[in-house]
Amino acid sequence: MATSTVPAPPPVPVAPPARRVGLSVDGQAVKVPEGSTILDACSALGIDTPTLCFLPTLTPVNVCRVCVVELEGSRALVPACSRKVEEGMVVRTDSRRVRLSRKMVLELLGSSVDMSLSPEFASYAARYGADPGRHGPMAPPAPAGERDRAHAGHHRPSPPGTAATVGQPVKVDNDLYVRDYARCILCYKCVEACGVDAQNTFAIAVAGRGFEARIATEFDVALPGSACVYCGNCIGVCPTGALMFKSEHDMRERGEWHEERHSTTDTICPYCGVGCTLTLHVQDGDIVKVTSPLEGDVTSGHLCIKGRFGWQFVQNRAEGEGRGARDPD
Amino acid sequence: MFGAGGGTTSYKEVEDTDLIILWGSNARETHPIFFHHVLKALHRGARLYVVDPRRTSSAQWADAWLGIDVGSDIALAHTLAREIVHAGLANRRFVDHATTGFDDYLGLIEPWTLERGEAETGVPADLIKELAHAYARADRAVLCWTLGITEHHNGTDNVLALINLALLTGHVGRYGSGLSPLRGQNNVQGGGDMGAIPNKLPGFQEITDPAVRAKFETAWGVTIPPEHGWHLSEMFEAMERGELTTAYCIGENPAQSEADTIRTERLLQGLDLLVVQDIFLTRTGRLADVVLPATAAWCEAEGTVTSSERRVQRVRKAVDPPPGARDDIEIIYELARRLGHDWGEPSAEAAWDELRSLSPMHAGMSYARLEAMGGIPWPCWSEDHPGELYLHSRLWEDPRRGRPAPFSMVEHEPPVDVLDERFPIRLTTGRRLDSYNTGVQTGGYSSPMRRGETIDLAPEDALRYGVGPGERVLVSSRRGQVEVPVRVDPSLRPGLAFMTLHFQDDVRTNFLTIDATDPKAGTAEFKATAIRVDKLPAPARAEAAGEKEPHGTAPPRPASVPEPAAAVAPGRGGSWT
Repeated sequence: MATSTVPAPPPVPVAPPARRVGLSVDGQAVKVPEGSTILDACSALGIDTPTLCFLPTLTPVNVCRVCVVELEGSRALVPACSRKVEEGMVVRTDSRRVRLSRKMVLELLGSSVDMSLSPEFASYAARYGADPGRHGPMAPPAPAGERDRAHAGHHRPSPPGTAATVGQPVKVDNDLYVRDYARCILCYKCVEACGVDAQNTFAIAVAGRGFEARIATEFDVALPGSACVYCGNCIGVCPTGALMFKSEHDMRERGEWHEERHSTTDTICPYCGVGCTLTLHVQDGDIVKVTSPLEGDVTSGHLCIKGRFGWQFVQNRAEGEGRGARDPD
Repeated sequence: MFGAGGGTTSYKEVEDTDLIILWGSNARETHPIFFHHVLKALHRGARLYVVDPRRTSSAQWADAWLGIDVGSDIALAHTLAREIVHAGLANRRFVDHATTGFDDYLGLIEPWTLERGEAETGVPADLIKELAHAYARADRAVLCWTLGITEHHNGTDNVLALINLALLTGHVGRYGSGLSPLRGQNNVQGGGDMGAIPNKLPGFQEITDPAVRAKFETAWGVTIPPEHGWHLSEMFEAMERGELTTAYCIGENPAQSEADTIRTERLLQGLDLLVVQDIFLTRTGRLADVVLPATAAWCEAEGTVTSSERRVQRVRKAVDPPPGARDDIEIIYELARRLGHDWGEPSAEAAWDELRSLSPMHAGMSYARLEAMGGIPWPCWSEDHPGELYLHSRLWEDPRRGRPAPFSMVEHEPPVDVLDERFPIRLTTGRRLDSYNTGVQTGGYSSPMRRGETIDLAPEDALRYGVGPGERVLVSSRRGQVEVPVRVDPSLRPGLAFMTLHFQDDVRTNFLTIDATDPKAGTAEFKATAIRVDKLPAPARAEAAGEKEPHGTAPPRPASVPEPAAAVAPGRGGSWT
């Protein structure tokens, strides 16, 4: 036995030790690990930065522009969520220019998109004094399908005195989700969750250009005809309620959705052996929605169709009778 | 593995590894969130090899797909091993340091040349060679499997053949190198951990060890029988012999989940007493003398489950059970009380703390720690121990701690249900993304992707038998027959067909499957049935189209289906692992 020649197992693959990078944010010095973003540095200092398109589990795409900050030496404002820190950076997050820019972005979003289901939006608007109404009342919504047929460059201005909108009827084409693109700010989160950041199904993408850009399936087919596998991970990341479980949508339509009465409980999915944490949202004794915590290292907030929707058997036991079995182990 | 019944790696390591083998696993559909970790690895540049009879949606992500003939896994493993050895890629230093039986193993694999391997498995020799070299040369590699390995009459041997590969290459016991059986159900691992297996007490403590028994006997105040009990298949054999006359089924529906339904139902009906405790009135429940309505453990009760990475996690009560349904633990305490043992107030945490006092590998897992840490992987020896991310690092220590890991002398044995001119098609079974096992739970929601049961045939076979998509056909095995519509699936090779067990109220797939079981694990050979496909005569087809009753009939067999010719293993049931 040549025990003395056995090498130690190869080392754990760690990244090179991260250096600490020093910068100044709003006059305060801070050191954060190399590779961090300005947003991370702000968080380290307890500076609350507004974000809409950012999520820690997704690759930043810099599209909503509400997190922009002023960086000394940079002509343009930079997105805090993606800009990596560099030694000696001088950042201002609450300058007049930053406040004005954030206010304008919020007004443009709020004048064209129904933001009523985004709790963050109202607080951001209040913080920056944004008044979306100053662009006039929202123009009437487009008829169903019109925005999906729009070609780049064929934008028609809204009626005089009204604000152009992305309004259109809710798309209801299956029993599990609805897509209410009148609430869509094109943050790309759903596209990323469906794509390389999680599900890798690539059922949806941004189609069109400019104001006519929208989220679409291939050739705008209905979801049941698309590549969608109903994991619901797009819904899990949507910040504005544009994507919603059909059950929630229907309850809201009937006036039965009462979030103030919801309680949440974390448990483990009853299906396969991966062990995904499910957060059960319960209203008046019934499960009404299932999510997964973003910070969970098994799921990163993502689930499959069974975890997301497979709970319903618990509440329709009578129908389940005779349908065979709880399962063998 | 090597004494501890659990996977050696964690999901995090899968993200960081360099090469992943999915063997008999369609994780993309059956373990979708595990596959997210695989995808992270692939985006980092890791390679993926998929060994599966079907070109599954997992295989579509692979660098190479090894389309293996059903039931030839040991042949492929041995061929890979021989190629690794002959190419000089065996990790001899690890083998010498940490294993036993290598010389015998060399003799075992020597006949398995690439040519013989190709002939036996259907996998092209160059692909076998490519995988052998890639696996052996990888810095880190994780070998994962699922029911494609275990649901065979020799499922345990299949697993041992894969473990041999890990020992040969040193791909075990290191960060990012290991063996990972993906568990099919949310608490299969936990059931084993808790001693719900016939040969172990909780914490994988051997029941034949007097010191172990003495510890439990002191705590419980009873005498524990010093021998191994029966696993599920042996229980059905004992029913056949009239030795087992009473059964208490908790959360299990053997009337639909077991292979060879006809025999299973007959044996259950022949019991003196059948008690079923379940959340639904299942088909098994309908056969029972006593039914005890239970709660859904994952949302109506407190407790723990253990995942495929050995992580013990809390399940919690979120909603009240329907009237009349009671927590499993409450039912068991009440039963004990009526039998003259008052165990006090039923409490999940108290039962867990008792387990911790008896099972050293769970000792450090208080409810408070499980809560704070989001679950803990076993072993966790004490309250200051974080739990082990991966197992068997001891094999690399110098001097090595504990016993060396043995190579296992396992031989290739083809499936029991042989193919012949009467039953020329190999039927294999599995799950689809949106459904689960016998469909009781997933039948509760409406999936836009669900299309009901079909027999999936290769395009070549559909042409050969003159059947088209949607056409109802008669599928027969040596045990029974069902009528089912055809789906043409280009992911299948000629001679291979696929069905699920999800819609057994409509199509009783287990009328077809064979109850030949693995003698060690008691798992039935759901993955390998010999069938034939016959066109229905035109009037029957028209009739069948309007029919609502479940399809699938017991014998008498039609003239075209002969009595079982091949030797079928002695009657046994089976269980899913």
